[in-house]
Amino acid sequence: MTALILRAAKGVRWYVRELMGDSRYERYVAHLSATHPGATVPTEREFWRERHAIEERNPTSRCC
Amino acid sequence: MTSTIDAKSDDRQPKPGETIELYTDPAKPPVGLRHRARWTPLKIVLWVAIALIGGFGWFMIAIVRGDEVNSVWFVAASVGTFLIGYRFYSKFIERKLLKPDDRRATPAEILNNGRDFEPTDRRVLFGHHFAAIAGAGPLIGPVLAAQMGYLPGTMWIIFGVIIAGAVQDYLVLFFSMRRRGRSLGQMAKDELGRFGGVAALVATLLIMSIILAVLALIVVNALAESPWGVFSIAMTIPIALFMGVYLRYLRPGRISEVSVIGVALLLLAIIAGGWVAETSWGVEIFTLDKVALAWALIIYGFVASVLPVWLLLAPRDYLSTFMKIGTIILLAIGIIIVQPVVQMPAITEFALNGQGPVFAGSLFPFLFITIACGALSGFHSLIASGTTPKLIEKESQTRAIGYGGMLIESFVAIMALVAAITLDRGLYFAMNASAALTGGTPEGAAEFISGLGPLGGTGMTAAEIAQAARDVGEASLVSRTGGAPTLAVGIANILGEVWQGSDLRAFWYHFGIMFEALFILTTVDAGTRVARFMLSDTLGNVSQKFRDPSWRIGAWISSIIVVAAWGSILLMGVTDPLGGINTLFPLFGIANQLLAAIALAICVAIVCKKGLVKWAWIPGIPLALDAVVTLTASFQKIFSPIPGLGFWAQNATYRAALDNGETSLGPAQTVEAMNAVVRNTAIQGTLSIIFAVLVVIVIVVAIRVSIRAVRAGGEVSTETDIVPSGLYAPSSLLATREEKAVQKRWEAEVT
Repeated sequence: MTALILRAAKGVRWYVRELMGDSRYERYVAHLSATHPGATVPTEREFWRERHAIEERNPTSRCC
Repeated sequence: MTSTIDAKSDDRQPKPGETIELYTDPAKPPVGLRHRARWTPLKIVLWVAIALIGGFGWFMIAIVRGDEVNSVWFVAASVGTFLIGYRFYSKFIERKLLKPDDRRATPAEILNNGRDFEPTDRRVLFGHHFAAIAGAGPLIGPVLAAQMGYLPGTMWIIFGVIIAGAVQDYLVLFFSMRRRGRSLGQMAKDELGRFGGVAALVATLLIMSIILAVLALIVVNALAESPWGVFSIAMTIPIALFMGVYLRYLRPGRISEVSVIGVALLLLAIIAGGWVAETSWGVEIFTLDKVALAWALIIYGFVASVLPVWLLLAPRDYLSTFMKIGTIILLAIGIIIVQPVVQMPAITEFALNGQGPVFAGSLFPFLFITIACGALSGFHSLIASGTTPKLIEKESQTRAIGYGGMLIESFVAIMALVAAITLDRGLYFAMNASAALTGGTPEGAAEFISGLGPLGGTGMTAAEIAQAARDVGEASLVSRTGGAPTLAVGIANILGEVWQGSDLRAFWYHFGIMFEALFILTTVDAGTRVARFMLSDTLGNVSQKFRDPSWRIGAWISSIIVVAAWGSILLMGVTDPLGGINTLFPLFGIANQLLAAIALAICVAIVCKKGLVKWAWIPGIPLALDAVVTLTASFQKIFSPIPGLGFWAQNATYRAALDNGETSLGPAQTVEAMNAVVRNTAIQGTLSIIFAVLVVIVIVVAIRVSIRAVRAGGEVSTETDIVPSGLYAPSSLLATREEKAVQKRWEAEVT
């Protein structure tokens, strides 16, 4: 039972982090090391700055 | 039974009970499964049960009716029908028309840059897509359409989404994915040629202006003369700024953490609004009239759209996502626990005579116009092309995300409808009839309700109407048009009953207002940005400089033009002597549905070019339906001789009165107000004409392109080249046993 609750809680945590974007930086670092080994990895702060700069140039709409 | 095919084989479809494994590299596990379920007795029982539940729901709301319909039947009818539509119709479209091939890599896999192209878990992407498509629209339309009774709206929402709305979202998503995530505008240009493309672009820009104006008008109507509402919504700005700074300088990337803090502050702002509204200084500062609020929103829209994304837009988005998903779940649970009883009749006289106080026009076509989002929303095609398709892991996931995501939005619309139709009928009409009818006072409203006869329900006295306003902490609820306040009262009634014992209705009412205003403001900000980019791109044809996004002056000029476009329509709406929302909302619906017509026309052209004309009816039926509805509505708005319905008829009536030297007519009590009516109807009438003409152009071009393609026996595909996929992910939201087995094989492969 406790194992089941623990698994559910883990699942919820994973989902919220993915949905809201907390894990985005980790994913980017993983992506970078897989595709461009040896490339300089930005810090989390730099990563988010760049991310927002991209959003600035490519706005996406939300629906009504 | 399992068989295999490799990259070169044909796209053979599985027989019942068969699973075909799809390979691109024989040394690796399969990159996809093609499975066709066999009908086991257990499954047959399950689907018969779902059909019975849905059917029984329909039986109760459509045939038994009676005076006391339980709202749970709406949940049963909708969920049952949605499941059947998803399982059978969307599967049919997948099998016959789209034929996704998981051997093909998606744009996310090919162009993966860890940024805008990135294979994203289907369940996460489902959440993102849903948060991007669902906004205030599905909450507002059904509330306004409730004046025609609950049945027409319910039927259109549920059947409309299955044959039209979800089909559009699914097809656009799929076609855009096959074209590296090209936007709707780019696809229009590719498929329909330059002329059709330009018409589609101009139509999109105009449509966005009207949509932003109407959304802003809804916020203005919800906040006017409400110090509590104004205070708590105003507080969202400093809260968002704080979150933005926190994420940028203090703890980058801790989004859930800062969102929880933000939501806590938001709830505090709602509670504090109640305290502020009880002080004399609070009332003095935060009581704003509609014109002042409209200007506040216009200034906000401009400033927000030129501020850096990280400071205001991004944190607001996090708050919206949290509030949106949280409130929808809360409301669904509330409806199931409380099971409120429906007060509205199944069909009212307004469905037939077209003289409803909320908006003019009869059931056909205006019901289909008023409820756009939730049944068929053209705006979705802007999200289903461009953003979401760049993040899809596997082609076969488009069904769950595109079709499935829209079904959830439709369910939200059903809940909004339930919240409105379980209100006292008298109160519903008192809130939604324009001040021209109620005089804006409880006495006038009570008189108006009793004038409705049996439709007014048991009637409400002026004292009861005033009390209803005090119950939710507002000065007045009379003529609080726009749908948002009505929905908020509905939410307050339902959630207020969940926590019995203490009266929390005032809190829940303002919670409801906050919930809607929050994402309308996000949409206004984001929409202004998107329109600005489209405009800059168009202006780029005149001066290359506009194409450079880092040229700030250019961005400012484009922003000012966009904000001026929707801002002037907004100001026109708030000062309109005839009420504003009742004339502008139909225009909003028409605009949104016309965008859907453009998207569906492009889909028809693509299907015909692919040589699949046999299945062109899949987008063709919703296109025909949508074109008939919107063009009829446009026709009536332009040519109807009834002044309440036709813009030009109204215009002529007022001009004639002015020529005769009259100084008041109907709700316009001064010559100035009469002149305003003449000007507003002329603008609205002109907009109707432009919309209709542009869409006719796009549809005609699409039909010509389609006929040419059919005659030629198909045309060269605009799809991008096939790249073999090297990854696997399940197609269903909840992975099946077979899918889990393949995932295990991939995990073993990697380690």
